[in-house]
Amino acid sequence: MADTTLPVIEGALLKVAHDKGFATARDRLEVMSPQCGFGELGTCCRICYMGPCRIDPFGNGPKTGVCGLTPDAMVARNLLRDTVGGTASHVGHARHVLLTLRDALNGKAPYQVKGVSKVMALAKTFGVPTEGREVNDICRDLVNIALEDFGRQDELPNNWVSKRAPAAEQALWSDLGLMYSNPHNEIETAMHATSMGNDADPVSLMLRVLKMSLIDGWTGLTLCVDLQDILFGVPEIAVTEAAVGVLEENSVNLAAHGHNPVLSEKILEWAEKLEGEALAAGAERINVVGVCCTGNELSMRHGVKLAAHNSQTELILATGAVDAMVVDIQCIWPQLAQVAKCFDTAFITTDAMVRIPDARHIPFEPHHADESARQIVQAAIDAFRRRRGKPVDIPQHKSTAVAGLSVEAIIDLLSKLDAEDPLKPVIDNVANGNIFGFVGVVGCSSIKFRDNAMTEEMVKHLLRQNVLVLTTGCTAHICAQDGLMTSEATYRYCGDGLKAVLVVLGKAAGLDGPLPPVWHMGACVDNSRIVDLMVALAERLGVKVGQLPAVGSAPELVQEKAVSIGGSFLALGVSCHIAPAPRILGGPMVTKLLTEDLQELTGAVVRVELEPKGAADWMVAHIAGKRAALGI
Amino acid sequence: MSRTIFTVVENCVACKSCEIACAVEHSQSKTLAGAILETPPPQRRINVEGVGAYSYPSRCQHCSDASCITACPTGAMQRDCGTDAVFSDSNKCIGCWMCVVVCPFGGVTADQSSKKALKCDRCPERTARGEAPACVAACPTGTLLYLTPEEFAAQRRQATARAAVCGEQPAQTNGMDILRSLKGAN
Ligand code: SF4
Ligand code: SF4
Ligand code: SF4
Ligand code: SF4
Repeated sequence: MADTTLPVIEGALLKVAHDKGFATARDRLEVMSPQCGFGELGTCCRICYMGPCRIDPFGNGPKTGVCGLTPDAMVARNLLRDTVGGTASHVGHARHVLLTLRDALNGKAPYQVKGVSKVMALAKTFGVPTEGREVNDICRDLVNIALEDFGRQDELPNNWVSKRAPAAEQALWSDLGLMYSNPHNEIETAMHATSMGNDADPVSLMLRVLKMSLIDGWTGLTLCVDLQDILFGVPEIAVTEAAVGVLEENSVNLAAHGHNPVLSEKILEWAEKLEGEALAAGAERINVVGVCCTGNELSMRHGVKLAAHNSQTELILATGAVDAMVVDIQCIWPQLAQVAKCFDTAFITTDAMVRIPDARHIPFEPHHADESARQIVQAAIDAFRRRRGKPVDIPQHKSTAVAGLSVEAIIDLLSKLDAEDPLKPVIDNVANGNIFGFVGVVGCSSIKFRDNAMTEEMVKHLLRQNVLVLTTGCTAHICAQDGLMTSEATYRYCGDGLKAVLVVLGKAAGLDGPLPPVWHMGACVDNSRIVDLMVALAERLGVKVGQLPAVGSAPELVQEKAVSIGGSFLALGVSCHIAPAPRILGGPMVTKLLTEDLQELTGAVVRVELEPKGAADWMVAHIAGKRAALGI
Repeated sequence: MSRTIFTVVENCVACKSCEIACAVEHSQSKTLAGAILETPPPQRRINVEGVGAYSYPSRCQHCSDASCITACPTGAMQRDCGTDAVFSDSNKCIGCWMCVVVCPFGGVTADQSSKKALKCDRCPERTARGEAPACVAACPTGTLLYLTPEEFAAQRRQATARAAVCGEQPAQTNGMDILRSLKGAN
């Protein structure tokens, strides 16, 4: 057990909550513990009504389900349903962005194309002619190519995977039968195959898990991010601040929480437009702050400050200083409405799919985006009027953080060192060991792992060993709050090799000091940016992505989305560390498949490590193995 | 008076959390993830018995006048002088199963792999740390309670007194009761 303690920000927030008499997720977890062993092992099946069936893990009770399903098939089937949940979330988000872009191009939704460079890049990828054409026309072609993916019944490979994914990996996926056509059909097939009396072969089911994860990777993430960049612009390096201290006592604090920039971009726009009303209400300004992934989106594109990661959401409400929290989709705890009720906070749901008792619902859809956004910002100002003058309790912790490291921003920066061959400085430094390797730290923040600062400590162990960390999602919030996205962190935590590289890059970027050692690459959907960077490096080196000295890590897994994202890394041959254990341990064959045998199929394995140092050590050793295989 | 385990049978929803927790507590690693990899696998000492739509978590009652101790020819079955828990010393146990025969509750398991008597030991390591036994801590419905007989009786007295005076229901209706009434079973 590492000698670490609760991060100071969490400690301060918990104190605020407890002083005011709120029970928090920690308290609820304590009452919930110990949690059901069958559930943890994945050997509980409630798919049909002869069940629920539970397999005795110690061999004294039932050995199969009532229908005869084996424990391996049971855990594989449950895992597949997890990945369906994750993939459906991202694919749903992607489709929403696609339809918004389509409607914007047809003049039916008040959004403009801001990412012209992305349009041009994608036109090249998809073979769309650009000569003498309007940007919007080119965009319409891209939209039609994407729409085709959602409508086809011809079993031809999906456009976004066949044009965007690297060729060598596609050949492997074809051999394994993992290439997909229409994502919706595959989600349907997976639900069908996992209902009672269908696929009972654990190997077949696990291949379905990989296939579902690929869909998440290329349609859920890549397509979504490509189109978001078209609509809202490609992120550029921006300096921001993170942690609860970004709330301002005398401003209208409007927290945007959720995942979809289609909402939060409009909120930001209307917050600027209604600034005058806020001043008239006695506020210094409207302070839009970001929570969870939509916060990451806003900070990547506009430098908006980051107030809280997922497991802090109820805690920042307990400060009494949030005037409105507006949410869209995913990771919205129902508890938030209950905490908001105790203050003047307007807790506002916007999506028909996310209805929460005691929340105020202001429907938001792209066609009437301006009207709804205005109403939402107005609600925040009204709430400020009611709050004004009442005591608030804002722990004064925050850190600066560099965000906005899209692949384009990184290449742009590297071009200043070598305009001809921008990736060369990275490749050279990987070869000489200054950069020992890369870890993509992704996923959620879990109260089960916050007490020993799992993510922060693991990342510091990696940096000491010259591993560059790329992060997204709530782990990005954690790193930002802990000051890991600053120049000081480079001096303080990095090994000498990595430090030297980051000093040079910082100078090239025109920063005051070195580039931070942890690169904020966006929200959960932006994991495709990490993949894009890896693909670019692999192509430049002429190797497969799985041969790179790179590992993925979800050190505080919470959401099903993290399971399918992890699966998409595995399909690419990138091994993954994960904590807590996925719910497969009750199936010995499936456990062995993921932790050992997958090596033979895609070149990747899964590793569970619950302690930060153990996790970092395993990843460094794994990277060392990859380096040795490359002869560097 | 020592604390022991009491069962409020009407609360049991047959989730078997107690069974898993008991086996994990009697494993080498004391964690679920570690326990499922151990050979031989750790064994539970509590069994959730089904009776129609009802369930009953059955284990050793740690009798004050324990027939298993009397019947045991080698002195393997004995009482812990500190906690009053009845336990079996596997070094002395010869696998004659006399305890299995005489226990009125079926509280002793004749373990076929070790040829030793296995029974609830009331989790001495946990209770020494001031924690409740593993099954009690794991039970999500308050079926298993770790109390002295005096405390348990006092709770029951209060409940019946409130029922008599204020007309309160002594036991709360729970989800399982609703299921049973729907099924009309037993
Ligand atoms: S599908 Fe099989 S294992 Fe699952 S609940 Fe039904 S009978 Fe049990
Ligand atoms: S094993 Fe049976 S007889 Fe012995 S103490 Fe337990 S319940 Fe009583
Ligand atoms: S008290 Fe301990 S040994 Fe006895 S049944 Fe409960 S968990 Fe098992
Ligand atoms: S844990 Fe409690 S409710 Fe569940 S089976 Fe055991 S006694 Fe019954």
